[in-house]
Order: sequence, then structure tokens, then C-alpha cells
Amino acid sequence: MHELSIIASLFEILEEKAQEQKANKIVLVKLKVGKLAGAVPEFLETAFNIYKDGTIAREAILEIEEVPLRIRCRTCQAIAERDDFVFVCPACGSTVLETLEGTELLLEKIALEI
Amino acid sequence: MDRKEVLVREEILASNKKIAAEIRARLEKEGILTVNLLSSPGAGKTSLLERIAEAFKLNHRMAVIEGDIETDLDAERIRKKGVTAWQITTGGACHLEARMVARLIPEIPSETKFLFIENVGNLVCPASYDLGESLRCVLLSLPEGDDKPKKYPKAFATADCLIFTKADLMPVVPFDLRRAEKEALEINPKLRVFLTSALRGAGIAELVRFFIERRVNMIQRHA
Repeated sequence: MHELSIIASLFEILEEKAQEQKANKIVLVKLKVGKLAGAVPEFLETAFNIYKDGTIAREAILEIEEVPLRIRCRTCQAIAERDDFVFVCPACGSTVLETLEGTELLLEKIALEI
Repeated sequence: MDRKEVLVREEILASNKKIAAEIRARLEKEGILTVNLLSSPGAGKTSLLERIAEAFKLNHRMAVIEGDIETDLDAERIRKKGVTAWQITTGGACHLEARMVARLIPEIPSETKFLFIENVGNLVCPASYDLGESLRCVLLSLPEGDDKPKKYPKAFATADCLIFTKADLMPVVPFDLRRAEKEALEINPKLRVFLTSALRGAGIAELVRFFIERRVNMIQRHA
């Protein structure tokens, strides 16, 4: 349950962005959470709703886009989704792979009222 | 009132990553190999460190940062081996963060060659936090069961080595070592695998040799 500390780090960025934009409030926060990011979207949402009270994002809605784990095979160049976390190319069986997405924990965008 | 959308695209844990990168750069430059040990509670991290301390003797100086929710019992155990140890008590938090490690850096004795960080016992949360280590090791004790790599993929995906512990229990627990190793390597083919028993001392010398080799490689990389 480290979702609350992730949300605490998120709010540091949110406060900074709101100041930069001279915003009165943040109304929407969109995150991208990879399947292998090590964070549970449902818990992030709970933590967000607890944390937002009394902050610039107190009325904000949280949107989370879950990103599947996508890999590219360096041997045959095939691209595949592997939500079972088996790092083996389904086309040729190679284990020399590159992770394209699915490990990210990103603040994608925000909507503000100025 | 105007509504405005701003594309941010920033990593939420960027501040932790930045501190971790600073720690890594500084310690590697000073010739210190930092090892972050991850496992569930009771997998034998402290016992393994006790055996490593005995194996190192005075030839290679080590220091240990112990992370726990409460108590300094683990740091006390390590100090009894004549090794410098600090205890970080997180007071409820389930993982260590880079800034907690950064605070201790000025206190590291200058003769230190290896810094071990024993993370809070938890196979989930610590995997998301880079502490500035050069090497991440995940421990899996035989009584925990051979299905753990599949159940906790992030810890295995982000590690450099997998250390099976409590190998002395092999005859009495239903643990399929081949399955656990195969499934861990499917998640992370780069894992170096070790089989150890802190009770009997098996596999410790091999592991210590690996740490020494990795430190030599690290120094050559920075030369």
C-alpha cells in the first residue's frame, strides 16, 4: 500500500503546476498507470480522494488510463502485449526484448480553472 | 472563469528517481557498491547479511542500512558482527525512499566498499522505489512457495539477482526450485540466481564473490 506516498508525490507536482499556471483550482487530473507500474488504480483513486481535501485539487476528478505491458522482440521485431509478465516473444521464443510501455506511472494531463 | 488543459507527461516518482540517481553517482564514484535487498518479511534478509558479514571479515568493509516499520532489532544484530549499521524506522510506511537513504550518506565511513540496504519486508511496494542502488537483489525463501515470482512480478522484473534462501529446508517443504527459477527467468531473463542457506552457510561464498566481481566491474566502468 504505497499508493498514498505516490499520491503525496503527485500533489507536490500538482501544487507546482497550479502555481506556474496561476490557477484557482485543478478540476481534472489524468494519470497513465502501466500494468507493471506496481500501483493499483483503485487504491490510487481512494488515496487521491482522501488527500485532495483542502488542496488546490479538492474538486478535481481523477481519471486513470491503464496501460498494458507491450514488448518488442529484438530478434524478430514482433510487437506483443504480455499481461502475464512472461518476457518471451510469442512469435519466435526469443527473450531479448524491449519494453515499449506498461511500466509508467505518469501525470499525463491536468485541467485547470484560471 | 477560463478552463485550460495542460499536458504534463511527468513521472510521478520523478523526485525519488532524481535523488536516487544522485546517490548512485556519488557512491559509485567513491567505489561503494550499494545493494538493495527486497523480500517478504521473514525471508531471511538479516540472517543473510550476518553470514555475508562473516564471509567478508576485515578484507572488505561493509555497512548496512536497515529498514523496518518499527524497532532497531535488525541493526543491533548486524552491529554484533562488528559492522556499522543504521536503522531507519518508517513508522508505518511499507517501503524505503531515496531521501531516507540520502540523509545517511554523510555518515558512511570512508573505508566502506559495500553498502547493503535491507528494505522493509514487503514484496510489493519497495519494488517501485529506486534507492540509488547499483544492484537490486530479491530474496525468496523456500517456505514461501514456488509461485511467488508470478504473483509478485514487479519485484522480480526490477531485480538484478534472485537469492533463494533457507535451502536447508528443501527436504521438508514442497518447493519446486526448477519451477520458481524458470518462472522468475521468464519475467526477467537477466537475473543471476543463487541458492543459499544462512543456517548452513551454503552459497554464501559464491554470493560474496559475485558482489566483489560486480564492484570491480563498477570501478572499471567509472575509471
